Amino acid sequence: MANIISDETIEYVGILAKLELSAEEKEQAKKDMGSMLDYIDKLNELDTSDVEPMSHVFPVNNVFREDIVVNGDDRESILANAPGEKDGAFIVPKTVE
Amino acid sequence: MKDLMKLTAVELGKKIQAKEVTVAEAVEAAFEQIEKKEKDLNCYVTVCDKEAVLARAAEVQKQIDAGELTGPLAGVPVAIKDNMCTKGLLTTCSSKILGNFVPTYTAEAVLNLEKAGAVIIGKANMDEFAMGSTTETSAYGVTKNPWNPEHVPGGSSGGSCAAVAAEECSYALGSDTGGSIRQPSSFCGVTGIKPTYGTVSRYGLIAYGSSLDQIGPVAKDVTDCATILETIASYDPKDSTSVKRDSYDFTSALMADASGLKIGIPKDYFGEGLDEEVKTSILNAVKVLEEKGATVEFFDFKLVEYAIPAYYVIASAEASSNLSRFDGVKYGYRTEDYDGLHNMYKKTRSEGFGPEVKRRIMLGSFVLSSGYYDAYYLKALRTKALIKKAFDEAFEKYDIIVAPAAPTTAPKLGESLSDPIKMYLSDIYTIAVNLAGLPGISVPCGMDSKGLPIGMQLIGDCFKENDIIRAAYTYEQCSKNA
Repeated sequence: MANIISDETIEYVGILAKLELSAEEKEQAKKDMGSMLDYIDKLNELDTSDVEPMSHVFPVNNVFREDIVVNGDDRESILANAPGEKDGAFIVPKTVE
Repeated sequence: MKDLMKLTAVELGKKIQAKEVTVAEAVEAAFEQIEKKEKDLNCYVTVCDKEAVLARAAEVQKQIDAGELTGPLAGVPVAIKDNMCTKGLLTTCSSKILGNFVPTYTAEAVLNLEKAGAVIIGKANMDEFAMGSTTETSAYGVTKNPWNPEHVPGGSSGGSCAAVAAEECSYALGSDTGGSIRQPSSFCGVTGIKPTYGTVSRYGLIAYGSSLDQIGPVAKDVTDCATILETIASYDPKDSTSVKRDSYDFTSALMADASGLKIGIPKDYFGEGLDEEVKTSILNAVKVLEEKGATVEFFDFKLVEYAIPAYYVIASAEASSNLSRFDGVKYGYRTEDYDGLHNMYKKTRSEGFGPEVKRRIMLGSFVLSSGYYDAYYLKALRTKALIKKAFDEAFEKYDIIVAPAAPTTAPKLGESLSDPIKMYLSDIYTIAVNLAGLPGISVPCGMDSKGLPIGMQLIGDCFKENDIIRAAYTYEQCSKNA
């Protein structure tokens, strides 16, 4: 395997991905990511020095609209989906000390 | 009653308009079939409450009787892939993290169907967040192939395709990010279209790879697919990548005549790695098109092997960003015990997502991270530009590119997930189409010696759905009469 993923990299990517992996999952992730990156390295065979990165296949522009409310008041049905709700607001763990 | 489910959606719609069949009878027939097949196949995550569906059927019937609903799909039962939001109806994306999510609005494509009088029967099973090629990554059990329950239905729209094949609905909606309509359509012996990017609104489709995702029809034949596409396609200001097309007419292409169509066959798609029986079936189908007036030529299409690595970088990158919204705050699953906000996020996500989803979020986060962004993400976007250019050059010479929908027929259950790269390779013929935003259709073209269906994929240039619909219809009519 050409790409060796270190413990530090997996820790760091876990922070970016907001995932808490078990020791076993971390080992598996190191292996999987290494072999995926080996496979992806195939792209280096292509000379893309003169090619612009293409994010959209068609020319796209910002779509603007007037700032007018068109949907109704869905407060109750939206809050009905919340894992925790109180007085019309979402309950979250304390975020500021 | 059971025979009603043998009809195509358009045939059933005609009988309903002619008052030969009531909407309630169509609904009863679908439920009867579900009762018979569902416990063995598991095509659905959610089958709707029958009383509620019958109430909707009565409402649609009233509008039909009043002459307000005259469209071809009015009153016809449909299954919706479980990644499309349906107001008041559980929408899980086949994930534990959305196990209790009841949307407050309906996806635009589904709304278009409802306006045309469609009756939703249930929400179809899929790979979790559409990440997979077998429908085995669903948190709600695997779906089995109706042709042989020891085999997978393909994926990620495996539930939609299996439900159509098993006649548990008259037609279905699926979504296609890297082949997720065309590959399972081929494995299940049904017809499915992935439209040109921007043709069907993505509003209310739970995003996986936003630059690649498209909703499309899955049905018994090409006529149904063209009719459904005509109903769901629309310009939608709520989807910023929605395209205002010149024409939304797809059914006028239903002509059994391939004269003047130039077909290109990429040599590289018919070489190593392609099952011999699949190859023979597709080349025989091409001969039929040739007899009906198409010209056929083999050509070199070199970039095939670069499409999959480019796709997995782009799709995973977009997924890692799109799936960051699942944090246990506003909807869905939240972990029981946690210590502070960040720990709540992490535990919720780690418990709520399955292994394949985590694998892609990790890869996506990595390729977007500073130090690797240029080498992986931008490199993939440059490769995408090369692939698009290769297709542009091919479409200067040809109207249609013919390819397999998959390298083999449906593999056995349990054989694919252990080696991710091997599973990713099964999408080799479909993935480039998404990168280039092109339309593609998979149409059944025979069976292998194991009795499993084979699909032929026809790829068209952007906004040229009508070329592939015409060719697919021509082939279908000829093979029906053969």
